[in-house]
Amino acid sequence: MADFTNGWLGILIALIVAISIIGCGVLLLAQSKIKVKVGADGKPLPVETTGHVWDGDLQENNNPLPGWWMKLFYGTIIFSIAYMLLYGGFGSYKGMLGWSQDDEYKAELKAGDAQYGPLFQKYMAMDIPTVAKDAQAHEIGERLFLNTCAQCHGSDAQGVKGYPNLTDKDWLYGGDPQTILATLHDGRQGLMPPMADAIGNADDVLNVANYVLSLSNSPHDGAKAVLGKAKFTACAACHGEDGKGMQAMGAPNLADKVWLYGGNIDSIVEGINKGRKNLMPAYKGVIDEDKLHLLAAYVWSLSNTPSSNPQSTAKP
Amino acid sequence: MKKSPDSNAEQPEIEQALFETQKKIYPRSISGFYTNLRWFMVWFTQILFYGTAWLSWNDRQAVLFDLAARKFYIFGLVFWPQDFIYLAVLLIISALLLFLVTAVAGRVFCGYACPQSVYTEMFMWIERVIEGDRSARIKLDGIALSAHKITLKAAKHFAWIALALWTGFTFVGYFTPIHTLIQETLNVSLGPWQLFWILFYGLATYGNAGWMREQVCKYMCPYARFQSAMFDKDTLTVTYDAERGEPRGHRGKKADYKTQGLGACVDCNICVQVCPTGIDIREGLQYECIGCALCVDACDQVMDKMAYPKGLIRYTTEHALAQKLDKNGIFQRMVRPRILIYSSILLLIIFIAGISLSLKSPLKFDVIRDRGLPRTTENGSIDNVYRLQIMNTEENPHRYIIEVAGIPGIAIISDSDFEMPAATTKFIPARIRVPAGVAKKGSTKIIFTVRDLDNNKVSVSEKAAFLIPR
Repeated sequence: MADFTNGWLGILIALIVAISIIGCGVLLLAQSKIKVKVGADGKPLPVETTGHVWDGDLQENNNPLPGWWMKLFYGTIIFSIAYMLLYGGFGSYKGMLGWSQDDEYKAELKAGDAQYGPLFQKYMAMDIPTVAKDAQAHEIGERLFLNTCAQCHGSDAQGVKGYPNLTDKDWLYGGDPQTILATLHDGRQGLMPPMADAIGNADDVLNVANYVLSLSNSPHDGAKAVLGKAKFTACAACHGEDGKGMQAMGAPNLADKVWLYGGNIDSIVEGINKGRKNLMPAYKGVIDEDKLHLLAAYVWSLSNTPSSNPQSTAKP
Repeated sequence: MKKSPDSNAEQPEIEQALFETQKKIYPRSISGFYTNLRWFMVWFTQILFYGTAWLSWNDRQAVLFDLAARKFYIFGLVFWPQDFIYLAVLLIISALLLFLVTAVAGRVFCGYACPQSVYTEMFMWIERVIEGDRSARIKLDGIALSAHKITLKAAKHFAWIALALWTGFTFVGYFTPIHTLIQETLNVSLGPWQLFWILFYGLATYGNAGWMREQVCKYMCPYARFQSAMFDKDTLTVTYDAERGEPRGHRGKKADYKTQGLGACVDCNICVQVCPTGIDIREGLQYECIGCALCVDACDQVMDKMAYPKGLIRYTTEHALAQKLDKNGIFQRMVRPRILIYSSILLLIIFIAGISLSLKSPLKFDVIRDRGLPRTTENGSIDNVYRLQIMNTEENPHRYIIEVAGIPGIAIISDSDFEMPAATTKFIPARIRVPAGVAKKGSTKIIFTVRDLDNNKVSVSEKAAFLIPR
């Protein structure tokens, strides 16, 4: 039960309901007869008006209602009692049918699972690369992706600043099917601490940044890069001596031209000074296991089919 | 409840039920022009109703309202939820038609085409075939329960229920394919909601046409109550020519009634007996009158027998009676502002709706820009990603191509042509690239156009914003 109610509230509601129903019945009975004037012959006089007049001559006759209409009123009382016996509503009484919105919802979910379950089970039984070849699975995966993932990674899955591109071969944590599935399951928390203190003064930071750019042959100042090489040891703990990163801890490869926050001197200096923090949420329990399987297959297929374009494989 | 001043305080009072018991009406059968017209309308509307559901069109039911899939099929047209405006237009057209018809000829819709009248007429026919005409039915209801009475009553209700169930079945057949529905009915494997609606619609038909009848018109139908707003003194209504008919009275066939000081009405009461709402038209226009003109047929028969001219009760107008207008005069007065305004609005709306329907694009699409920041590529050009929601509302597959314009050098980088299966909706991600330095920073308007590759005339354009980082 809800926290803010207790037993007496149910009794109060039951009381109000009972009084309302009985009151309606009493009112109907009391109002079902009227006194009418009779003429000299003992027969009722013709219908009188209510005395209301509109537009000078429009009067309201006080005609009786048809009898069946009256019976409908009694019908509503019978209906309300039957309804409460069957479905509850009389205080905290749950009703003979034991019906509830919650059960109805669960039953509909179950019916949905029964209808679509076999389809998902078929794909669950296949390994991810096999699922990725299936055109229907691809379409389901694409819809799941557009609903859930495209907000950050983009409708074309190519990411934007801070959100990785999923269509290339460059992976922060690894691009094999199982790793993608693990990423979807548990999410990822990428953290690069601010490194300025460990590296030294502002010049040292600039030198290291130039060295980082030199690893991928991006435009840089060669002289500063040479000076920065010695200070790179502070970075090597995560990014490796050669700067090629370490997927086990999600440290990016600095020696390629794929940049999450931009491959220019400013953004790298900013990264060293302030650090970087990234979060991919966990979807375990949010999205069903069988759907995550399809999603993993879709994401894997983006970088593992002959064509890198997600649409070309979506054609039926 | 009573507010009238107690002027008759000295009069005695009695207690009376406030609620009137329904007085059963036993309409007498009749024949004649208007009766035939009514039967023609029964056949016309019911062949339409019972028959249309069985028609096929392009391997599907011709008229099907698929609520689950939210698609309404009407012959060659497919209506999606986006086309809901056409339902509103249809209702407006129906309402205006009703106004126009009422202004011209009163409640002829009630008398000839309203389902309540039509089904009541069909149910009354069954009643008449089984129990006999008016006098036989009154007699049957008067006698004590006997095997004969039970047989007749049971037969009548059985026939009524059969017809009502068939009506309910046909009704549901417009919402779930009727060929499947009949299979399911024969196999006793109907879904709970199909069964519910067949029974519910059947019960409503049985109750309204068998039991409630004129009560629906008198107490439930709002149209009966606002008809007067469309009436004027040139509206054709079923009218008793009191000047010619009164004073009414019995007379011999040969007698010259005028010398007896009588009018043409022989007071045979047949006009009252045939009336499906049980009123006496000689009391003047009443809200119960559904304009069916059965009393006209009845009176004309009597006038024929008496060798009097027909038309003591006829469709005529208040002005025609007062000013003794002939048919031509009535017709000339038909052309009046009310009629002209109703018809011109009606024609205008039908015209606009027709044009709009004929121009209705089978292709619909919307553009949503991805909420992410624009991407800058290595050579400085800018990428924006959009999600295009494309709808192919037609029942055959189409190939489409996406074009984009609005900035020099703008191009679509992702696949621009794609195929859509029949009657589907699809999201297509589209990556749009603009070369470095050709457009101002900030937001620039661009135009997406989706074109049918097989039919160049079908194309839809939508505006979108292209963002270039500052």
